[in-house]
Amino acid sequence: MPKTSAQAPAARSSVLKAEHLTKQVESPEGLLTIVHDVSLEIASGESIAVVGPSGAGKSTLLALLAGLDLPSAGRVLLEGRDLTRLDEDGRALVRAQRVGFVFQSFHLIPSLTALENVMLPLELAGHARAHEAALETLRQVGLKERGRHYPRQLSGGEQQRVALARAFVTRPAVLFADEPTGNLDATTGAKIGQLLFEMNACSHTTLVLVTHDRDLAARCERIVHMDAGQLR
Amino acid sequence: MRAALLSMRMLSREWRSGELGVLLLALTIAVASLTGVAFLASRISAAVAMQATHVLAADIRLESPQPIDAADLVAARRAGLRTARAASLLSVVFEGDRGQLADIDAVTAGYPLRGEVTVADRPFAKGRPAPGIPPPGEVWPDSRLLATIGAHVGSRLSIGAAEFRVGRVLISRPDAGGTFRGLVPNLLMNAVDLPRTALIQPGSRVTYAALFAGAPGRVAAFKHWLAAHARPAERLRDISSTTPQIKSAVDRAGRFLSLASLAAVLLCATAVAMSARRYVERHLDTVALLKTLGATRRFTAWLATLQLLAVALLATVVGSALGYLTQAWLVYALRGVLASRVPPPASLAPAGMGCLAAVALLTGFALPPLLQLSRVPAIRVLRRDIGPPRPLMLLAFGPAAAVVALLIYWVVPDWRLFLGFAAGLAAFIALLTLTGALLVMAAGRLRAHTGVAWRYGIARLSRRKADSIVQIIAFGTGIMALLLLGILRNDLNGDWRRSLPADLPNYFFVNIPPQKRDAFVAYLHARGAKTSRMMLLMRGRLTGIDGRPVAQMRFADHRGEQFANREQNLTWSATIGAGNRVVAGRWWSPADYGQPLVSISTEFEKWLGLRIGDRLTFDIAGETLTVRVASIRKVKWDSFRPNFFIVFAPGPLDKVAGTYLTSAYLAPGPAESLAELARRFPSVSIFDIDDLLADVRSMLDKAVLAVQSVFVFTLIAGLTVLLAAVQSSRDERRYESAILRTLGASRRTVLKGVLAEFAAIGVLAGLIAAAGASVAAYFLTTRVLDLPYAFSPWACVTGLVGGGLVVAASGWLATRAVVRQPPLATLRADI
Repeated sequence: MPKTSAQAPAARSSVLKAEHLTKQVESPEGLLTIVHDVSLEIASGESIAVVGPSGAGKSTLLALLAGLDLPSAGRVLLEGRDLTRLDEDGRALVRAQRVGFVFQSFHLIPSLTALENVMLPLELAGHARAHEAALETLRQVGLKERGRHYPRQLSGGEQQRVALARAFVTRPAVLFADEPTGNLDATTGAKIGQLLFEMNACSHTTLVLVTHDRDLAARCERIVHMDAGQLR
Repeated sequence: MRAALLSMRMLSREWRSGELGVLLLALTIAVASLTGVAFLASRISAAVAMQATHVLAADIRLESPQPIDAADLVAARRAGLRTARAASLLSVVFEGDRGQLADIDAVTAGYPLRGEVTVADRPFAKGRPAPGIPPPGEVWPDSRLLATIGAHVGSRLSIGAAEFRVGRVLISRPDAGGTFRGLVPNLLMNAVDLPRTALIQPGSRVTYAALFAGAPGRVAAFKHWLAAHARPAERLRDISSTTPQIKSAVDRAGRFLSLASLAAVLLCATAVAMSARRYVERHLDTVALLKTLGATRRFTAWLATLQLLAVALLATVVGSALGYLTQAWLVYALRGVLASRVPPPASLAPAGMGCLAAVALLTGFALPPLLQLSRVPAIRVLRRDIGPPRPLMLLAFGPAAAVVALLIYWVVPDWRLFLGFAAGLAAFIALLTLTGALLVMAAGRLRAHTGVAWRYGIARLSRRKADSIVQIIAFGTGIMALLLLGILRNDLNGDWRRSLPADLPNYFFVNIPPQKRDAFVAYLHARGAKTSRMMLLMRGRLTGIDGRPVAQMRFADHRGEQFANREQNLTWSATIGAGNRVVAGRWWSPADYGQPLVSISTEFEKWLGLRIGDRLTFDIAGETLTVRVASIRKVKWDSFRPNFFIVFAPGPLDKVAGTYLTSAYLAPGPAESLAELARRFPSVSIFDIDDLLADVRSMLDKAVLAVQSVFVFTLIAGLTVLLAAVQSSRDERRYESAILRTLGASRRTVLKGVLAEFAAIGVLAGLIAAAGASVAAYFLTTRVLDLPYAFSPWACVTGLVGGGLVVAASGWLATRAVVRQPPLATLRADI
């Protein structure tokens, strides 16, 4: 049974820490608070699921934790580095070296083949043997033979497997997954979930998962509930 | 390096998927149009220059009343030029006891250095190229001289102290045609025979000439040297003193070609901007993802820049090759018209220019949105509604405006015209924007009162305000450019056809004595000739301006010096001739007759720096006459009718003796009738310009062809704009169509909506474009092409109907495939 605390397991060191995060945006109705005073600590190698109703602020929290967006208040520490004090390019560098992503709508680049999509983060990080590493990871997700195919030539499940390969190929410290099974049917979704957790276990990556899928969330070591921008 | 590799990989894939097709097409057409016209213009101007040199029989000609220093000829030969000499003097030529004053031209071997001498065995027969110059002891008199003195080939003629055999009949020589240089018959002889005639005595009026020709670079250098070393009485002539008719027509054709290529380039720029917009919209997610995966802003900016550079390079290579082939084809069509040979392109500079234009277009129109693309925040991977921040107006439109300004100045390198052109374009775009905004507003109110298909179409207009306005601007600019060029092309072709009707005078008659004037006209009319008006011709010299002797004046323009120092052809006239237009002052009325007034041409005004009211003093046959400048005329020199720089009011010249000139059309007939005319009116000089007219007619036909061909570039550019505009909204249309069809709309309803939207845009853009094109055509015809303007109602009809139909049809064609796609496939792909 997963835990439901905002605190990381005491025995393990913290890899990601959010302190009093708040995100407000301008809206026609005035200032809107999407995330309100959220503090969260995630241990190295831990898997954590963020669950909650639509509009609760889950994806915004994930974006803040990954350094894709800046909070209105509070700070995010990734392996001790304060992401809120880095500029856009500084945060991009941290992501290139330490972070992986899996999205609901796969987000593969349509003009690149499956193999090229997997090679992309390695190339951006200046990896010398990008081709071999990408090919090996594609093999792990069972798509070694489909490397030359373009995203539109792959099924939804296959596209998400390519996205998983792309996420794990850099051996990131933290993997952020936003509704990774949300666009897939139940059977395919279950298979992708299975693959995600297997790969996570093999690579000892910290997993931050935003999902509506109860089964998927239940596979995490810890579940936090979010509602109206706050952790419950 | 990483950016380069990745950008090339993405580029090749995008190229295969057609992503960059419209961008590349637009750029390639722009480059092809620019380089093609530039190659053609440089070759044609070289060919015209070559043809003009034929009038001089050389590239440059040094004339003097004193023998030319032999050192000049030696220097020219050392500089690698070919040389020849000529001496020209007036003397009476006798056959037995019948004599006639003639212009004797004694030439050395090598003459003419440019063009050719043609000869025949009978007077007024068709000439054939002469083999060199007359051998010693032989002369070649022209038809008129032979007819006047009743001689023929084989006769013996006395010239001064020597006697010569008539070897051939001189039909034409290059340095005698086109202008009224010699008013007496002509005779060509070998220069070695000149001393034997003993015609050259102290005080003889002889014009000596040295002729030079060679490679353009060497000629230019030698001309520079010669100008620096010229003695006071020496006069240097080159291609700037050429046949005005051809020069004027070629200049106008050149200006039209430049305008057409500018229009094509501006249209392509619109297409480039629209393709870049679409490219940006389609790549927002990719850039956001790259950033999520760790790419920096600089890296993504580099990625876009490198892709653009690759596209520019490809467009330059393909466009330059296309431009080169087009002009090569045009020159093939022009072969044998401008000169015996059209020189090959002097350099590959036009290709370089095309490359610069491609880079400039991309920098101005595509780079700003692409750099903006690099500012897309990474968060877009999670929230698709977030795009890049809005750029500053200056950054978004500044580079494009600068590039357009540069391109316009390149084609119209005259500040006044440039400002007019740029201001006109800016005003037109502002008008389009305003009208577009009004239409969008009106459409919003209309939608409640229309059926579902129309509501869907019109709703799109009002919902995507900015997009609709951009499309109206693009379509409006495109339609306007096409209409404008269509009007100009018709004006230009029509004017050429009007200026060269079939019964245009083909003979000029000069030196008609006043007492024989009526008999001469009666003689011509009896032979079915149509004569133009008789004009009095007298020679006079300008001696003072506002009381100051011209001999002591210095003129800014060297042509002013030449004008001030040579005798002028003068005339008087009660009516302003056809092809003359008063641009300042006013033409005289009967009340002014007898007043000391004069009308001058714009050239005279410009070169001598004259103004209305200036007092000019002339010496006419020893009489001094002071007159006031009453009007300034713009003269259409390519009208092939007698025209004068200086025309007096009726009255002041009444007491001055002069001769008459006229022109007439004589249908081709037996040469004997002209021979008889020459015998009956021996003092009359006959100028046959049939050959010149045939040359000009043929050349204008080819110029029309060249104009049509370049117009094709503009048309293709216009279609590219359509393609780019329609493509830019394709993705959104696909999605909307899928939703509508899911909700139960038939394909027909969706297509009707598309038609409604595009037809509304097309009609409105066409209407404004027709108005804009009419206003622009007025300025361009009157200010740039020097043509009379006539309002063209077909432009309005074509703009309105054509705009609506073409835009609606292209919108329908382009979206047909989108609508056909099964809605589920679209919605699945978009989820």
